Amino acid sequence: MAGQLTRYQEQPRGILGRVKGAMQSWTLKLGGNELEQRLNRIAPPQNEYGVDPFGFDLDFSKAAIAPVLWLYKKYFRVETHGIEKIPAGRVLLIANHSGQLPLDGAMIAMAMLCEADPPRVVRSMVEKWVPTLPFVSTILARAGQVVGTPENCRRLLAAGEAIQVFPEGVRGLNKTWEHRYQLQEFGLGFMRLALETNTPIVPVAVVGAEEQAPNLYDLKPLAKLIGFPSFPVTPTGLPIPLPTKYRVFFGEPMRFAGDANGEDAELQRKVRQVKDAIQSMLRTGVAQRQHVFW
Amino acid sequence: MSSGEEIPDFTVEEAPFDDEAPVALHAGGVVITGISGNLGRTLAKLLHKSERVIGIDRRPMRGKPKDLEVHLIDIRRKKVEDVFRRGHVRALIHMGIMHDPRLPAREHHTFNVLGTHLVLDYCARYHVPKVVVLSSASVYGPHPDNDNFLTEDSPLMAASRFAEVRDLIEVDMYAQQFMWRHPEVETVVLRPVHIVGPDIKNAPANYLRLAHPWTLAGFDPMVQLIHQEDACRAMQAALKPGVRGVFNVVGPGEVPLSAVLRELNRSSIPMPHPIARGLLHKLWQYHLVSFPAPELDYLQFLCTVDGSRARKDLEFKPAFTLRETIRSVLPSG
Repeated sequence: MAGQLTRYQEQPRGILGRVKGAMQSWTLKLGGNELEQRLNRIAPPQNEYGVDPFGFDLDFSKAAIAPVLWLYKKYFRVETHGIEKIPAGRVLLIANHSGQLPLDGAMIAMAMLCEADPPRVVRSMVEKWVPTLPFVSTILARAGQVVGTPENCRRLLAAGEAIQVFPEGVRGLNKTWEHRYQLQEFGLGFMRLALETNTPIVPVAVVGAEEQAPNLYDLKPLAKLIGFPSFPVTPTGLPIPLPTKYRVFFGEPMRFAGDANGEDAELQRKVRQVKDAIQSMLRTGVAQRQHVFW
Repeated sequence: MSSGEEIPDFTVEEAPFDDEAPVALHAGGVVITGISGNLGRTLAKLLHKSERVIGIDRRPMRGKPKDLEVHLIDIRRKKVEDVFRRGHVRALIHMGIMHDPRLPAREHHTFNVLGTHLVLDYCARYHVPKVVVLSSASVYGPHPDNDNFLTEDSPLMAASRFAEVRDLIEVDMYAQQFMWRHPEVETVVLRPVHIVGPDIKNAPANYLRLAHPWTLAGFDPMVQLIHQEDACRAMQAALKPGVRGVFNVVGPGEVPLSAVLRELNRSSIPMPHPIARGLLHKLWQYHLVSFPAPELDYLQFLCTVDGSRARKDLEFKPAFTLRETIRSVLPSG
């Protein structure tokens, strides 16, 4: 009986189990001993079925991150700067969003896992329609990603988690080539939550994602037809990014005080400070790099 | 509702009330509507050791202990008032709510909504100090943009995708309205997650008993279950003097639907969601299944709630573990 009850903690059977095992070894091959130790240091609260209350499954995630880790190490060869500035406990990572595909978010998450000390699991706030997508919704949930409602964010911050927010949303992600490295309009929601929960904000600048898929022209009528936020025309075709070199810059933590339900103008002023911090890191990052691909 | 003339009648019947004596609390009976249902019998078994239980149900109660008083009346009947008029009712636990999607909407609508109106109004008229209404966490409804842990303040959106459940929402809303209109009555609305157990035959428990349950391919929402005995313990906890308000009642935690089905050794059939709804609807129309198509939402989206208010104010803690709760639907237990 005992054997039967504990079975699900062990490797699942069948093809899926074998795929999971193979992916996990790939993860460990890419990350080496160091990553194995880091993963062992992450101890999310989990029940006898291996998940935390939000559905984050560390064992599953070890397999699911393999391709992302490959992009991080081999394809984009991500370089991080200033990751030691991440404070312990709850934190909001506010970053620029670019590159047509939200790979910048995945790369920041990998940096937090592979470089930060102690290793952190980033919980991103995913779009509210993501739960309607089969497979994607399940994979993201098991990997610790959560639907971006203010209540979910509040709860995770209260639990001391690191949350990643792209205040530009698709405005940043799908902007066209001539607007590269120009921050689009920021939403105010993250600032409300930061004030309400007294959470430090770390501005993050990602350099290199803009060039992975330059949006030469936005086919708006086609996007509208298929219900996408935009339809970018890129040199390689949409799903394939160019192997640019990613540089991720973490800024000094910023702390704000004030009324979370205050006037928008007041919030806007604070958001402006975060935006300026990111924009200035972007400017230096772009100016200092020698090459887009190296 | 102004029933001033009833009060002298009541005071004559009621023995002089002494706040100091703890016996006085037990002098009054606890009325349970829907006592003959499977959950009702579990509750009666739990309460009747410490309370004088008075049951109301139109169905006879199987295995009724001799000392248990059960009135075989439909709660919409005027005769129900007699149970309250006789006095000595210290609390009402209203769980006489039915949810049978096969019945015509009018039947369960009048039974649920009208029945709730009537019994709650008797409580106000005859000065019953405590009312506990058993609602359900399903009133929030499964939705793609739900919070992972819905609090008691979340809007009750279940009917937006499944119109047949609107009477369950109306019952919950009426109980809340009653709470504000009658501050002298301590009203408690309980919204437990899916109740399962060896005796329970509701949709979630029946689903988990299927050998080949459908799932929706690519969807694996977190689910919350509570054991029937834990749900009854929560109702008992709600009887505690001083407690009022709306409470989500959560069992031993959250778990992916797939893990529940694995624990029960079910071989599930993953259906592509675009065709599952239409197919289930057809099967339902031909009476081949007992699950209406909108219930597929529970296999696709979250409808999970935050039970911390009940943990704190009701001091409610489930006694069964997650594994015991899941396995409670199995025949031998």
